[in-house]
Amino acid sequence: MIGEAFLSVSSIFQKRSRHEVMYQLYITGIKSLGVITVVALFTGMILALQTGLELRRFGQEVNIGTAVTVVMLREMGPFMTGLIIAASVGSAIAAQMGTMTVSEEIAALEVMSINPVRFLVMPRLIALMVMMPILTVYTNILGALGGAIVGSTQLGVAFTAYFDNATLYATNKDLYVGLCKAVLFGVIITTVACHQGFSAKQGAVGVGQATRKTVIISFLTILTVGYMVTRLFYQ
Amino acid sequence: MIRFEHVKKRLGNRVVLDDVSFEIQKNETFVIVGSSGAGKSVSLRHMIRLLTPDEGRVWIGDDVVSEATGKDLEKIRSRFGVLFQSAALLQWLSVADNVGLPLQEKARMTRAAIHTKVEETLKMVNLEEAHDKLPANISGGMQKRVGLARAIIMEPEIILYDEPTSGLDPVTSRTIDQLIDRLRRGLGVTSVVVTHDLHSALAIGTRIAMLHRGRMIEVSSPSEFIRSKHKEVQNFLASQYITKDGEWEVEKGESKVWRSKV
Ligand SMILES: Nc1ncnc2c1ncn2[C@@H]1O[C@H](COP(=O)(O)OP(=O)(O)OP(=O)(O)O)[C@@H](O)[C@H]1O
Ligand SMILES: [Mg+2]
Repeated sequence: MIGEAFLSVSSIFQKRSRHEVMYQLYITGIKSLGVITVVALFTGMILALQTGLELRRFGQEVNIGTAVTVVMLREMGPFMTGLIIAASVGSAIAAQMGTMTVSEEIAALEVMSINPVRFLVMPRLIALMVMMPILTVYTNILGALGGAIVGSTQLGVAFTAYFDNATLYATNKDLYVGLCKAVLFGVIITTVACHQGFSAKQGAVGVGQATRKTVIISFLTILTVGYMVTRLFYQ
Repeated sequence: MIRFEHVKKRLGNRVVLDDVSFEIQKNETFVIVGSSGAGKSVSLRHMIRLLTPDEGRVWIGDDVVSEATGKDLEKIRSRFGVLFQSAALLQWLSVADNVGLPLQEKARMTRAAIHTKVEETLKMVNLEEAHDKLPANISGGMQKRVGLARAIIMEPEIILYDEPTSGLDPVTSRTIDQLIDRLRRGLGVTSVVVTHDLHSALAIGTRIAMLHRGRMIEVSSPSEFIRSKHKEVQNFLASQYITKDGEWEVEKGESKVWRSKV
């Protein structure tokens, strides 16, 4: 399915497809922004507080800048974004595809020889592959900011010291690996959601089940794939 | 035109179609009746390979649709227009966009030409006023008619109707009946109509088939159908107050207000 979706990416040059992709970008990006903001800020704050308290025992609290930023870039940024998008956008995709399957809409498309993968999966795949890294960058920035706030209010680390420390040790590689994960998570979420939706069993129960399974399978896959990518890049 | 050869289909742990064989001629309106769960929709789905038989074959003209794939399947399917039982409209597209979808995706036509064709087709199903509405904002009967418009807009050779008049008021139902009949007479369309409504079955059908628990127990012309010896057929007729003479019989009273064409 996913191969087919990639093959049909060329159809993005048709006006209609482009319109659909833009719309999907909008709902993926804008609609999850609120939750992501809160989660990102607090993730950074928690990270800063926990590591900060430990580091303070060694008089090293200034290093929370690095600790928070590196962990956000490499792991927590893409991970948190992935979980939120899986729970919000992934489940919504599964519900929509499931409803369409149950109400014979997918069958209708097939009979009209309109490929459901090109028509439905492709725009969502592109939207998630584009939006996941963008949202991850946003999560990273807010996470780092959250860390800085805790640093200055609770640990006595000034903003400038925090960010100097962060930029000193965080590398571009950290950013790229994180973004690479984000793209991968986007692919995972769309694939799982569409696959579950298309194989939904009759009735509202079937749709509910597809949604639930999407969230669970996405979570597990994001976790394991996240670990494997980390293994690959940081031996 | 459409031929079922000993089709058997098991779904879950039920045999839904059991050794079903029949042939539909070109330019026929073949009506399938039967109680709920008899396998009517499942039969229709076999004609367009949304389901494949466990045993047997389904022929469309000279092609075995049940074994076709890829381009061949696409070619066979392009001969069909299908009205699904649930109308199957795309919820985020307006009525006009739903009806125009096959044209937009498959035909090389200008926007204006598509627009005109959509208007024309909506008019055929009495729905000009619903043009810009979303499917969620129109009644079930109206959705059915939008589905019908979408099925006929490509002017297919064969049209499958899954309960075209269910949920419609009697007057609109007759309009749809007339439309189906007009398509057959005027354009030589071959139709397969699944319905519970025996009055429309008798009015539009060139032949009527009855499915009962996955078996085709009767296939005959309307006039033979109402005289069928099968108990199930007679029960079915009686349930809609139709006697052997093809007349209304209201609660065994004398009033005979309806006379079928047979
Ligand atoms: N995908 C499926 N999986 C399992 N069983 C199915 C499936 N589709 C249909 N069935 C079963 O097959 C039988 C026939 O279904 P079908 O939809 O053809 O009935 P129908 O004659 O169209 O009835 P109705 O008039 O209610 O639409 C039913 O018992 C139904 O439960
Ligand atoms: Mg049915």
